[in-house]
Amino acid sequence: MFPRLPVALAAALASTLYFTACATPPGDLDLTLQHPSTHGKFVVRVEPPAAGAAINQMHAWQVRLTAPDGSPVSQAKLSIDGGMPQHGHGFPTRPRVTREVRPGVYALEGMKFSMSGWWDMRLAIQAGDASDTAVFNVIVTDAGLRR
Amino acid sequence: MKNRTWAAAGPLITRATTALACASAMWLASADAQAEPRVQRWTNAEKATLGSMLLSRLPAPPADPSNAVETRPEAIALGKRLFSDTRLSKNGQVACASCHAPERDFQDGRPVGQGVGTGARRTMPMAAAAHSPWLFWDGRKDSLWSQALGPLEDGVEHGANRAQLVRLLQTNYRAEYEAVFGSFPSLQGVPANASPLGNPAERQAWEAMSNGQREAVNRAFSNLGKAIAAYERTVTYGESRFDRYIAAVLAGDAAGQQALSAQELSGLRLFVGKGQCSTCHNGPLLTDQHFHNTGVPPRDPSRPDRGRSLAVTKVQDDEFNCLGKYSDAPSDACQELDFIASDDPGMEAAFKTPSLRNVANRAPYMHAGQLASLADVVAHYVRSPKAATGHSELAHGGGGHAERQPIRLSDEEARDLVAFLKTLSGPLQEVSRLD
Repeated sequence: MFPRLPVALAAALASTLYFTACATPPGDLDLTLQHPSTHGKFVVRVEPPAAGAAINQMHAWQVRLTAPDGSPVSQAKLSIDGGMPQHGHGFPTRPRVTREVRPGVYALEGMKFSMSGWWDMRLAIQAGDASDTAVFNVIVTDAGLRR
Repeated sequence: MKNRTWAAAGPLITRATTALACASAMWLASADAQAEPRVQRWTNAEKATLGSMLLSRLPAPPADPSNAVETRPEAIALGKRLFSDTRLSKNGQVACASCHAPERDFQDGRPVGQGVGTGARRTMPMAAAAHSPWLFWDGRKDSLWSQALGPLEDGVEHGANRAQLVRLLQTNYRAEYEAVFGSFPSLQGVPANASPLGNPAERQAWEAMSNGQREAVNRAFSNLGKAIAAYERTVTYGESRFDRYIAAVLAGDAAGQQALSAQELSGLRLFVGKGQCSTCHNGPLLTDQHFHNTGVPPRDPSRPDRGRSLAVTKVQDDEFNCLGKYSDAPSDACQELDFIASDDPGMEAAFKTPSLRNVANRAPYMHAGQLASLADVVAHYVRSPKAATGHSELAHGGGGHAERQPIRLSDEEARDLVAFLKTLSGPLQEVSRLD
C-alpha cells in the first residue's frame, strides 16, 4: 500500500533517532507524505518547504487535497494539530491553514519543530458534506526531514 | 601525539559503547569507527549532530521587527547606561545589572531574584536572549524590549512605576533619547507616580490621566525598553572548549581533540546519547527555546507555579507586544504571536529550556533555583519524579510514556555528564552585529 523504505535508509534513520533521543518510534511508522485520508474520502499530500524545515524556524507547508479520482478539492476547511507523541507536547506554535493558494492547494503556515525526533501532523478536513482526517509522521533531524 | 590520543581513547570507547547502549544505535558507529583513524570516534551522523551545536554556527540574532532601533549604536550605548542605572527603581538601589550582573555572566547566583523584594523565580541568564521568541521562564513576553519593561514595574524587582521611570529618563537622558527616538513626549501634567500595574494609589493616578498623557508615558516607557533591548542584544556567548573540540573533530585535527578529557568525552557521548539531553538542549545555544514540564519539584509546594500555561493569555493581552501600538512591526510580521500555541495541555507547569552555555557558572539551577548543583540536576533527570503540577515529559519506569526510555545513568556516568557540562563555558562578549 505504501512505498517501503530501503533497508539501509531505515537503518540509518533508526540510528539517527537512537542517537539523538534514544526514543524509538513505532516500527510501523508511516513516513509517506501522500496517502489517502483515514476513511479514504480524500487523497492528501503535504509538502514541506523547498528550503527545508530547519529546527526552530517557522516555515510554511502546502497541503494538496484531491478526491479519490484525482480532482482537486476546493473550498475545504482544514485544521491541524500535532506534536511529539513521545514527549506529550504539541507543536511550539499553533499552525493553521491560512488560504487556498490555487484549487485544492492550501497554505499551511506557522509550522515549527523545536527539536529533533518524531513529530506527527494530524489534519482534520471538511469539504462539502465529507469530513475525514489524515495523519502524517515526520522525523526531524539536524539535517532536515528524514524520510 | 596519536599514541597518546588512542591511549586515552581506548577505555573510553569501551565505556562509550556501553553508554550508548541505546541498542543498535551503535552498529553503524562501530563500523565507522573501525574504518576511520582511531582518533575519530564519531560516525558521520554523530558529527552532523555535534556540528549543529557549534557556537560558530549561531547566526546573528533574528531581527526584531517590533524594535526599529535595535541595531542603532546610539540606542545600544543608551541601553548600556540604562542597564546599570540604579535610579530606575523604587529605592534607587536596583538596576538591571543588580541581578543580571555582567561580572557574573549577567545573573546573580541566587535561587530566586532579589530586588526591592524577593522574587518567585530564578534570575535568567541574559546572554543570547535575542534568539528567544519568548522571554522569561514562562515566555510571557514576546520581545526583548517588552521583557525589559516587566521587571522595572514589578513590585519585588525594581518596584518602580512608568510615570516615575519616564521622568527619570527625561531628566537624565533627554539628549540621548532624542538622538535615537526624536522628541521626548510631553509629560506635562503627568503625576510623579502612576502606572496601570502599580499600587492602588499609582493605579488611581493612572486612571485620572488623559489618554494623551497615558500614551506619552507609554511611548517613552516602551522606548526605554527598546534602548535596553538594543544593548542586551549585543551580549552573547563566547567559544568554549566544547566548541574547540567539535571544530577539531570536524577538521580531523587529532591534536585539537585533546580539548576534552576522556571523562568529558564520555559525558558528551551521554549528552547526545542515552542521557537524552540533546533532545531539548539542541542547536548552537543548546536549547530548543520551547517549554517543558520535567517534573522539577516546586520551590514552595503550597504555591504551585503553572508556568507557560498562564503566560499565553498574558502575552496576547500585553499592550507592549508585537501587535500593540508601541510596536514598530507591521501586523503581518508578528508571526510568533500570530501562531502562538494557546491550548497545549503539555504546557501546564512547563518552563523554558535554558541554554546550557556557561551553565557551570550559574548554580543554583532550574526555574526557581531548586537544585543546588549540576550533579543534583543530573540526579533529577535520572530520578524523573512525577510532576507536582501537570505531567512530566520524562519517561517513568513502568507506565506513562511507554515509547520513551527512562534516562538511566550509573553514578560514574552521571559524574562524566557533569564533567562534560563544565566544558560548555566561554567568555561572554558584547558584539554589535548589524546583519
